[in-house]
Amino acid sequence: MLKVNNIETWYDLIRALHGISFEVRQGDIVTLLGANGAGKTTVLKTIMRLLYDLKEEQPEKGAIEFLGERIERKNTDEIVRMGISYVPEGREVFPELSVLENIMMGAYTRKDKQGIRDDMERVFGYFPILRDRQRQHAGLLSGGEQQMLAIGRALMSRPKLLMLDEPSLGLSPLLISQIFKIIYDINRNDGVTILLVEQNVNMALKHAHFAYMLENGKIVRAEKPEILREDEDVKEFYLGIARDASVKGYKRYRRKVRFR
Amino acid sequence: MPIGQLLVEGLAIGACYGLFATAVVIIYKTSEVVNFAQGEMAMFSSFVAFHILSVYHYPFWLAFIMTMIFSILLGVLIEFLFLRPAKHPSILGMIVITLGAEMFLMGLASWKWGAEQQHFALPLDQRVTYEPVSGMVINNWTIAVLVVATVVMLLLYVFFKYTKLGVAMRATQQNKLAAKIMGINTGRIFSFAWGLSSLIGATAGMFFASRAALDPVFMMEPFLRAFAAAVLGGLMSIPGVIIGGGLMGLIENFFGYYWPHWKPIVAFIVIILVLCLRPSGLFARHYVKKV
Repeated sequence: MLKVNNIETWYDLIRALHGISFEVRQGDIVTLLGANGAGKTTVLKTIMRLLYDLKEEQPEKGAIEFLGERIERKNTDEIVRMGISYVPEGREVFPELSVLENIMMGAYTRKDKQGIRDDMERVFGYFPILRDRQRQHAGLLSGGEQQMLAIGRALMSRPKLLMLDEPSLGLSPLLISQIFKIIYDINRNDGVTILLVEQNVNMALKHAHFAYMLENGKIVRAEKPEILREDEDVKEFYLGIARDASVKGYKRYRRKVRFR
Repeated sequence: MPIGQLLVEGLAIGACYGLFATAVVIIYKTSEVVNFAQGEMAMFSSFVAFHILSVYHYPFWLAFIMTMIFSILLGVLIEFLFLRPAKHPSILGMIVITLGAEMFLMGLASWKWGAEQQHFALPLDQRVTYEPVSGMVINNWTIAVLVVATVVMLLLYVFFKYTKLGVAMRATQQNKLAAKIMGINTGRIFSFAWGLSSLIGATAGMFFASRAALDPVFMMEPFLRAFAAAVLGGLMSIPGVIIGGGLMGLIENFFGYYWPHWKPIVAFIVIILVLCLRPSGLFARHYVKKV
């Protein structure tokens, strides 16, 4: 469905992505994992072509293909119309629009009134709290509610591919598991393909069908999540599960891993 | 003291300020840029109307429609030529660009039409007056201003509140990145905002011109006062602008009656006071972004 082929993105003189390739297949939940500064958000922004203002042509090299069409030189609004929806990091709701207006903005590219109404019901079905708050300004919602609003709003364009950037950012563990469950439901019930960027590796690996690991702008592993969850290095560096202490009882803190 | 008369005249000039301030607010609402070229855009459009009337002798309503179309194009063109090519624009940079556009338009108008004052009249006989309550004389111009301002404000209120495009304009102002992600073509939104703003500005400009006289700098002072009225109303909401404009007109008129020397500056003093006490204007509501 989405094929990213050897893309390079530059922030002025710094190369943020060193030739990234990956594929998202129809109906899957695919997750991009990695530490801070690995380039995960940059990947999503490059796909949405939000880095256009930064430099004329981003990605500088490589191709992005969605449903068999090249999209790396299309404008953001065309990309949205093709069926990619993006939930940015840190929610980015419209603070002084009401919740309802926020949701309606999600359907900006659509004209079918009945379909929009159905989808709104669907969003309220996933997030009943939004129905109660629909007249409030979005800026008055709590962080978790804003995240729900951002996801609901993204669903309103009836996307084929939903890209989520750290939906767990700043939420309590309980809310995180709720949100992940809903993401999983959206994927299973509505058949929306999901590309998930996460730092919460544990949660992401629990729900994903396939995982890529990013480090310093390169993809270092591409595996099924079951395999990654059992991997010793992933366990230690991403999941925080300590290895057994050595015979003398010391932990070897200085150990570094190179995934290449 | 002729309270009724002062009230009517204050409200009429206030409506003029309000109308013009609306034009400022529309651009500010979508892009957070204060457009200092607003006055000169209105001045230029008024000159075009004057030119069509005095050189081609077209009937007024035809000239009016042609001017409206011209003003929309002017707004879109200025946005396209001056603001869009700016690389890495900051808000301050954009404001300075609008100052440049202002100088440019003023120079162009002086070159084309000269600096002397021209007579510009709406087809409203100012001598026709009504006196619904004794001591309260209303002329045609006043009625026209009040009616036009009310209609425009109502239309705009409905537009920003209930239409998809209007809400999209507010959304773009609040969060440009998120607006892009929604599939809103933000460039087109800016063009539209500039066209609409220029159109309303030109309407107000013609009222100002018919009240005083037409020359390349005639919009300087009305612009500053309208801008002050907009700041008073919070620079954000249409209702705020109406109240700001009305207050401005009334304060100015009443003070002008008692202390004529103070008339030109009293409004600004009031605004300084208001901004000292409520820096975001009287009617602004702003949320601090949550993370």
